[in-house]
Amino acid sequence: MGLRTGTFHENYAEEMATFNSRLRWGLVAALIVVLFLCPFFLSDRMLTILTTMGIAVVSVHGLNILTGYCGQISMGHSGFMAVGGYTSAILCAELGWPFWAALPCGALAAGIAGLLFGLPSLKIKGFYLIMATIAAQFIIIWIIIQLRSITGGTDGLLVPKPTICGISLTSKANYYYLVMFFVVLATITAHNIVRTRAGRAFIAIRDNEVAAEVMGVSLWSYKLQAFFIGCIYAGAAGSLLVHYVRFASIEQFPFMDSVWYLGMLIVGGMGSTAGAIFGVIALKLLDELVTVSGPILAAAVAPQAAASLALISHGLIIIIFLIFEPRGLYHRWEMIRAYFRLWPYSHETSE
Amino acid sequence: MTFFLQLIVTGVAQGMVYALIAIGFVIILKCSEVFNIAQGHFVLIGGYLGWTFLVLLGLPIWAALLAAIATAVIMGLLIERLMLRPMVGQPVLAVIMMTIALSTVLGGVATLLWGAEYKAYHGLLPTIIMKVGTISIPSESLIGLIVSVICVAILMFLFRYTKIGLAMRATAEDLQVVQSVGIKATTVYAVSWVIASVVGVIGGILLGGVSGANMDLANIGLKAFAVVLLGGVNSVGGAILAGIILGMLENVAAGYLDPILPGGGLAQVFPFFVMIIVLVFRPHGLFGLAHIERV
Repeated sequence: MGLRTGTFHENYAEEMATFNSRLRWGLVAALIVVLFLCPFFLSDRMLTILTTMGIAVVSVHGLNILTGYCGQISMGHSGFMAVGGYTSAILCAELGWPFWAALPCGALAAGIAGLLFGLPSLKIKGFYLIMATIAAQFIIIWIIIQLRSITGGTDGLLVPKPTICGISLTSKANYYYLVMFFVVLATITAHNIVRTRAGRAFIAIRDNEVAAEVMGVSLWSYKLQAFFIGCIYAGAAGSLLVHYVRFASIEQFPFMDSVWYLGMLIVGGMGSTAGAIFGVIALKLLDELVTVSGPILAAAVAPQAAASLALISHGLIIIIFLIFEPRGLYHRWEMIRAYFRLWPYSHETSE
Repeated sequence: MTFFLQLIVTGVAQGMVYALIAIGFVIILKCSEVFNIAQGHFVLIGGYLGWTFLVLLGLPIWAALLAAIATAVIMGLLIERLMLRPMVGQPVLAVIMMTIALSTVLGGVATLLWGAEYKAYHGLLPTIIMKVGTISIPSESLIGLIVSVICVAILMFLFRYTKIGLAMRATAEDLQVVQSVGIKATTVYAVSWVIASVVGVIGGILLGGVSGANMDLANIGLKAFAVVLLGGVNSVGGAILAGIILGMLENVAAGYLDPILPGGGLAQVFPFFVMIIVLVFRPHGLFGLAHIERV
C-alpha cells in the first residue's frame, strides 16, 4: 500500500500513527461527528437500522480478529453472542446489577466460553474447526434451554430498562448513542489489537501455522487469545442486542446469523477493520432491500416469494463475491483510492 | 429390556438414513476435498421431488425414481460447473462458504417452488413389515438398510471396476499426478457431485415417503456431519458403521436421559456432543486416515 505523495515518516511516532495525514484525521473525525448527529435528522426506523448495524459491527470485528486475522474459522459466533447476552440479562434481571457492570461481565463470560470451545483448535483446523464451532453454537443454545430456572428456557427472559448514571437508555436515540460509542471503541481497539505483538502473531498463524511455530510463536497461547478476544466482542454485541430489545430469547441468536457474520466478512473483505464495517453495511442494506421488496414480490408472484427471496439473495451475493471479488469490498475500495491517488500514472499501481 | 431393544432398532433405522446421506458427503470430499455443507439440502430437494413426481404428476414409483435421479444429475452438473469449478484451489473457508451459500440458495428454491409446506406421500413407497419377538422393525429401517446397501454396492463396483472409478480414486490420492497423466480432473469432480446429489435425492425420497417432505429435512445434513467425523472423513465403510452407531447412541441417550433433563431435546444436540468429543480426542475419526503435516 502506497502513501500519498508528500507524506513522510520522519520519526517513530509518525510511523506508528493510526492516520498518516491530517486529511484522514479530518475525514474520520467528520464521520464520527455525522454519526453522532444522526438522531437529529433521521427517523426512528433509520435509527433502528443503524443500531442493529452497529451491534453487528461490534460482533463482526471480533469475528474478523478470530477468522480474518488468526485464520481460525468460527461458525458459532452467534452462540457466543448468546452467552454474553444471556449473562448480562441474568445479571440485570435476576441479581439487579446495573447495566454498565453487566455488559463487561457478559463479554467476559462469552470470552471464557470462547476459550473453552477454542480448545479443539489446538488440534484441528479448517473444516474440522468449523464443525467444532457449529457444535459449539448448538450446544450453547441447548444449555440455555436446559437452564430453564435462570434463563427462562424457550420462553425467554425480560430484561429491565438499561440506565447509565441515571440516564435511561430506553429511547431510540439514547440507545443509538450507546451503540455508536461501542462501535467506535470496538473499531479503535480492533484496529490496534492487530498492530500489537499478539496481532502480528495472529497473522503469522493464519499465513502458515508450522512456520509461525518454528519462529517461536506459541500456537497454544495465541490461538486461545484470538478466541478469547473474538468472543469478548461477540459477548459485548450480544449484551447490547439483548438490552436493546429488553428481552433475551434463543430466537435472537440463530445458527444462520453465525453464517451471515462470516458472509459479512467475505463481502467486506477478510483481515481488515474497514472491511468488516463495509460487509455489515452491505449485507444489512441487502436485508432492508429484501424487507422492502418482499411484500411487493409476494403480491406479484407467490406468497412464499418473500421468504425465498431472502434466502436466495443472501446466498447469491456470497456466491458472486466468492467468484468475482474474493477479497471483498475493501479491496475494491483500495483499488478505487489507488486509482485517484496515482492518477494519471495508474500503471504504477500499488500491490 | 424391550424398551432398550426398541430404542436400538429405531436408532439403527435413523442411523442408516444418516449413513446414506453421509456417503454422498464422503464421495465429494474424497474426490475434490470439498466439504459439502449443502448435502442436507440435496435431501430436502429429494423429498420434494418425490412428492412432485409421485403425487403431483402421478408417476409410478420406478418412473418417479428415474425422473428424480435425472433431475439430480442435472442439478449436480450445474452446481459443479457454475459454483464449484471457480473455487478450485481457493482456501478452505471460501469453498465452505460457497457450499453454505449453495445450501441457502437450494433452500430458497425449495421455498419458492414448493412453498415450504408439509407435503405428505405416505404409502406410495413399498413397505416391508417385520416383527422379531415383541419388537417391530419399522419399514423405514428396512428400506433404508436395503437402499443404502444397494447404493454402497454400486459405488464400490464403480470405484473398483470402472475407469472413472479408478480416476476418482487417483484424484483423491494426488491431483497433480492425475493431471499430468492426462485424466481430466474436472470430469471427476462433475461425476462426484452427480453421485452426491443422486444419493442425497434418493435419501430424500426415502425420508419423504416415511415422514413427508418439509423444510426440516435439510437439518439432517448437520447430523450427517457428526456421522462423517465419527467414521473418518475419507472412509465410505466408516460412514455407514458410524451412522448406525450414532443413530443407536442418540436414541438410547435420548430415551433414558430426556425424562431426567428438564428441557428435553437431547437427540437434537447429541450428535454435536459426539462431534466435539471426536474432534478433541480423535480428529481423524474411527476409520479415517490421520492427517500428517510436513513442511
